[in-house]
Amino acid sequence: MTETGADKMWARLAAEDPARAARLQRGLKKRYAREGRFKLYGILAVSVAIGFLLLLLGRIIEQGHTAFYANQMTVQVYMDPARIDRAYPQGTNFQQMVAQQQLARLGETDDAQGTKATAYRLLISSELKFRAADLIRNDPSLIGRTVEITAPVSDEADLYYKGEITRETAAEQRRVSDEQMAWLDGLKRDGHVSTTFNAQLFTNGDSTEPELAGVLGAVVGSALMLLVTALIAIPLGVGAAVYLEEFSRKGRITDLIEVNINNLAAVPSIVYGLLGVALFINWMHLPRSSPLVGGLVLALMALPTIIIATRSALKAVPPSIREAALAMGASRTQTVFHHVLPLAMPGVMTGTIISMAHALGETAPLLLIGMVSFVPGIPGAIDEPAGALPSLVYIWENASERAFHERTAAAILVLLAFMIVMNAAAILLRRRFERRW
Amino acid sequence: MKLPFFRSPDGREGGGSADPTERRDESVLTPAPEAAGVMAGRVPEVKSPSAPAGPTKIAARDVSVFYGDKQALYDVSLDIPDKTVTAFIGPSGCGKSTFLRTMNRMNDTIQGCRVTGKILMDGQDINARSVDPVLLRAQVGMVFQKPNPFPKTIYENVAYGPRIHGLTTSKAELDGIVESSLKKAGLWDEVADRLHSPGTGLSGGQQQRLVIARAIAVNPEVILMDEPCSALDPIATARIEELIDELRERYCIVIVTHSMAQAARVSQRTAFFHMGRLVEHGNTEEIFTNPRERRTLDYITGRFG
Ligand SMILES: Nc1ncnc2c1ncn2[C@@H]1O[C@H](COP(=O)(O)OP(=O)(O)OP(=O)(O)O)[C@@H](O)[C@H]1O
Ligand SMILES: [Mg+2]
Repeated sequence: MTETGADKMWARLAAEDPARAARLQRGLKKRYAREGRFKLYGILAVSVAIGFLLLLLGRIIEQGHTAFYANQMTVQVYMDPARIDRAYPQGTNFQQMVAQQQLARLGETDDAQGTKATAYRLLISSELKFRAADLIRNDPSLIGRTVEITAPVSDEADLYYKGEITRETAAEQRRVSDEQMAWLDGLKRDGHVSTTFNAQLFTNGDSTEPELAGVLGAVVGSALMLLVTALIAIPLGVGAAVYLEEFSRKGRITDLIEVNINNLAAVPSIVYGLLGVALFINWMHLPRSSPLVGGLVLALMALPTIIIATRSALKAVPPSIREAALAMGASRTQTVFHHVLPLAMPGVMTGTIISMAHALGETAPLLLIGMVSFVPGIPGAIDEPAGALPSLVYIWENASERAFHERTAAAILVLLAFMIVMNAAAILLRRRFERRW
Repeated sequence: MKLPFFRSPDGREGGGSADPTERRDESVLTPAPEAAGVMAGRVPEVKSPSAPAGPTKIAARDVSVFYGDKQALYDVSLDIPDKTVTAFIGPSGCGKSTFLRTMNRMNDTIQGCRVTGKILMDGQDINARSVDPVLLRAQVGMVFQKPNPFPKTIYENVAYGPRIHGLTTSKAELDGIVESSLKKAGLWDEVADRLHSPGTGLSGGQQQRLVIARAIAVNPEVILMDEPCSALDPIATARIEELIDELRERYCIVIVTHSMAQAARVSQRTAFFHMGRLVEHGNTEEIFTNPRERRTLDYITGRFG
């Protein structure tokens, strides 16, 4: 080992006062050990956090990724003139018709009640009926001819193709019989089944049939709701914070207000839901289940957070900037809006982003204002009934159809993606506001 | 422009320095002769202070300031002449900044601060209800101890005052004000090619000259400076002092300083404060050579403070 400068220094210290040198050396060792331990704790904590995050994400992706593709069957449909009403094609039971035709192709004979056809029909999504009816409405001359139609398989058949239901699955836990499995195998063997990206998941609203259910309605509902929340909570919250911090005379009343705002920030969200029901629905008679009411309730919830964050951002602006502006003859309002608020903007944005992200994921108040009821289709305005992403997750997770469960995970992924997009946009915005002083 | 407190542009050329003798030092590090005399410990003869250098610009009468229940300033009466540099000296905490802030009503912005007594500017009570502090501050500029440019561009810093007071009608006019203010503050040559870079990117001394340019851009009548050089090196200090000396021709300047040498170099009038009271004031030369009060002498010779 080469003699370093530090070694020499220790040697000199030891020569001068051995006791002091030993004490110093011991003390140093302790300090380094403490520093090392602290670093280790830090690394451990971060690793645990990352580990949990990965576990959570991995679990959701593992459960949800299958929802992003779906199986479609392509069948030849003879548009039987005896069964199709020209004037009212959607009244035809196309699924039953196709099932019977398929069985006939297989050479199977059905009993008088049509038990087999009914079993076969359950493998076909009702989407087939809509597509067939659409074809006929557009071109009635198709009646009497044979048309090739591609439509999703039913949710249970889809689960079978995805391997989530097998012949080994206990009979009472599956709704696909061995006979149905044989038909599905046959379809696949003959090349009538294709696996495609499940675009419906992103273009459809909610549906009682899992293979047709999509998140778009909930995404639009959540977006409308957040819009209402942002439009109300941000100006009100920032305005209140600016007033309290920059204009009001500090005193007992402002102290009281401050304590109350801090308390409001800690009130459970379900209480805000109750307040929303009482205030907006029962008293103001705003439409139940609408993004308007949802947004109002979430705005109430987000307000304290935004006020607190904005106030602390304003407090962090150096007083010298205020003095400079005031001494230039700027009015208080000019001082605040020209100098203080722009400087506090990054902090304000951070608080706003956090509260909006919370609002997006909030479920409890939505339960109370009726945004967890089944809403098919896509909301077009803030006063129409709508769902929201978190309530969709709740509804799907509690659904009895197994196929909804993979979609629950997919909806969670969409919710997370929504949040990431929102945060990324906000961070970009914040960058633009960031200035040094 | 219908600002009750704005002076007409032709008014600024009137008067002139009542102290024509140039007392500027070439070197900053060598103390001024009179200060050097004091440092040497000579006890000069007491003479009566001569009359104020110019017409009185600001007259303070029995001004007391309270922060809550605590009184920080006791019955200060002082005349501050125009076109003159008046220095406030005194030990830390004696109320110099407090008194300075009464002159542009910056104390209004401090909660719990109360000012009593009268402060007349050109004979008008600036604490009167009819006086808008915003307009007052447009005429009484202030430069702080720590340079505090806005976190905006150099141009925006200087243009801010004229902009909020609506002093210009065109971009060209504003450009002209920015240029002339920066020239008066002796900063133009250094920043002419980077007017649109941040003012916070300048050196401390340049920042201080920038805020002086910002203060004079609204063409004030009075400039208050609270220890403008305390954060600066000797060269930057010398530049600011030169600048103060040039500005004296147009403005009434009040400067708070802890440097006796600086007070001696830049000011014509000096006021000495102690424990919230105005102890003594008069021509700088006399204060530094012939103080009447023992406390003044002790302070300027460095025996306490
Ligand atoms: N905002 C304030 N609130 C309460 N007391 C204050 C405030 N500003 C100043 N004081 C008090 O008033 C007295 C005078 O303060 P001031 O700042 O005027 O002193 P100063 O002479 O400028 O001192 P320095 O030379 O250190 O700047 C001090 O005792 C100080 O503590
Ligand atoms: Mg001070």
